[in-house]
Amino acid sequence: MDLFANLALGFDTAFTLQNLFYCLIGCVLGTLIGVLPGLGPIATIAMLLPATYALPPIAALIMLAGIYYGSQYGGSTTAILLNIPGETSSVVTAIDGYQMARNGRAGVALFTAGMGSFFAGCVATLVLAAFAAPLSQLAFKFGPAEYFSLMVLGLIGAVVLASGSLIKAIGMIVLGLLMGLIGTDVNSGVSRYAFDIPELSDGIGFVAVAMGVFGFAEIMSNLEKKDEDEGFLNKMTTMIPTKQDVKRMIPSILRGTAIGSILGILPGGGAALASFGAYSVEKKTSKYSSEFGHGAIEGVAGPESANNAAAQTSFIPLLTLGIPPNAVMALMVGAMTIHNIQPGPQVMTSNPALFWGLIASMWIGNVMLILLNLPLIGIWVKLLKIPYRFMYPAILVFCCIGVYTVNNTVFDVYVTAAFGLIGYLFLKLGCEPPPLLLGFVLGPMMEENFRRALLLSRGNFSTFVTRPLSLGLLIAAALLVVIVALPAVKKTREEAFVEE
Amino acid sequence: MQIRNQKDFGAGLMYMVIGLFFTYMATQYSMGTPAKMGPGYFPFWLGLVMTALGLVILIKSLGAKAAIEKIPPFNWRVIALITGSAVLYGVLLPIMGFIVAVFVLVFLSASASHEFHWKGTLMNAIFLIVFTYLVFVVGLKLQFPLLPFFLQ
Repeated sequence: MDLFANLALGFDTAFTLQNLFYCLIGCVLGTLIGVLPGLGPIATIAMLLPATYALPPIAALIMLAGIYYGSQYGGSTTAILLNIPGETSSVVTAIDGYQMARNGRAGVALFTAGMGSFFAGCVATLVLAAFAAPLSQLAFKFGPAEYFSLMVLGLIGAVVLASGSLIKAIGMIVLGLLMGLIGTDVNSGVSRYAFDIPELSDGIGFVAVAMGVFGFAEIMSNLEKKDEDEGFLNKMTTMIPTKQDVKRMIPSILRGTAIGSILGILPGGGAALASFGAYSVEKKTSKYSSEFGHGAIEGVAGPESANNAAAQTSFIPLLTLGIPPNAVMALMVGAMTIHNIQPGPQVMTSNPALFWGLIASMWIGNVMLILLNLPLIGIWVKLLKIPYRFMYPAILVFCCIGVYTVNNTVFDVYVTAAFGLIGYLFLKLGCEPPPLLLGFVLGPMMEENFRRALLLSRGNFSTFVTRPLSLGLLIAAALLVVIVALPAVKKTREEAFVEE
Repeated sequence: MQIRNQKDFGAGLMYMVIGLFFTYMATQYSMGTPAKMGPGYFPFWLGLVMTALGLVILIKSLGAKAAIEKIPPFNWRVIALITGSAVLYGVLLPIMGFIVAVFVLVFLSASASHEFHWKGTLMNAIFLIVFTYLVFVVGLKLQFPLLPFFLQ
């Protein structure tokens, strides 16, 4: 019954006027950036982080979470109507969703996506609530050695599931870890890699790195591209599905929700991976597999449920273990530290209202999103007509103003510009930036736990493999690398990402 | 010698340079012992890991099995305009104030687009100044130097 008492506390917190308001703002913004291609949740959350200073912590987190799962709803709209996925997680939705729209069933496709997302969101909220307590209990048993091994596993997981070259992605993580070490060493007070620049003694600003690499660099790379053909905007049609549609979509929604919930919790998981996973499962198991690619309703229902479920369950490792499983969650760590909340198992006990309020707000957010998306779909589609040449200066303005307000210094603006250049170079060299952000956030934590573990073992490195939990985590990490390196897996992995 | 995978070659080289830099710098700090690590210990080894990763990528990029990939050309005009507009914003904000700085930022960055049109950009700049003023200054009550120094 604890679960219900906790959820009641959560709804109590979430149902204040202020929190409902910020939940709504988050959902509206999430839908907006989901609809707009070229602006993703990472850049948006980075832009808005500074603005959340002025808010109470719970309102800030509710809003930022709303942006992430809200973008999963919005992303499907453009994928279906225009064949332009607003987010990477809706890339697979475009395959069958757009074909459904071409067949005059745009309304049904949107309805399926919306209902699938809603159902998945509700289930994921419950999963989050149910898993949080036992996992936090487990986390209290963790010593520094376990935390270090867990971070190794999390970071490896994050790259194994990323597309592209595994070893380059591991390099990006290590680079992120190194960058995270810049600034004053907490144990000795020595200023590392700061070159007597006073602004660097606190380390490189997290917001500046995220905005530079994801905001500035993306803009520069988008501006180079030639104009892409504007997709053919399909007309809206009736949203009411036939009996046959309902019969076919329900099992897909259930499967998608299950797949998404699981893949969201895993290190490195998240919305994009979940939708790819769900799509391939649907394609393999469906009786109608020949219809895939020509407007199969399962191809919309499965992935859309999965990405929304995963967007929410990826909060589990963050809230219970304090380890962000993907780049968006890394930003949430930043948001929590801004408000002096140390992410980890103690959040639930020391700050139960915040913890359960955030979870409850996700359910409320899903209700808002279904209302925002299905009846108001016309408004969002109109937004697509905003040309990029108006949008990107606006993104720059928000970045520049936002990063200045973090410390009220223009130094951070220059750092952002510098990371824009670095991020651009990364894109040219085919290095993916999200693992860098994860490493950057985990760098100081990892060093701290590494040092403490060895301090406790008096310098004996075997502590990482003699403690059973730690050993298990390291074995899991090693297995991940081995599995991905297997020729058969390597091949399917490459194929899966070609579909992108 | 032909570099087959230029992208990986570049990435490997970059990783090695960064790794060696961090390792070299770490030797300037106290290393300590594993039981009582100094500030140099962790970055020293992590830098070496980075260098090793870079070396592997670099060698693989030269191998006969490497995919042929070229580094796409850099668009220096876009880089200069976008980066420059942000830097100029940083320079102008304390001296000329928020309004002028945002205006310059919007105009300079917008000119990077090949669809640049000064009328549309003017409208966009005015809209953004009013909007950000309302959000950041009125709404969130953040402190900015608003007007140029001679009008304050």
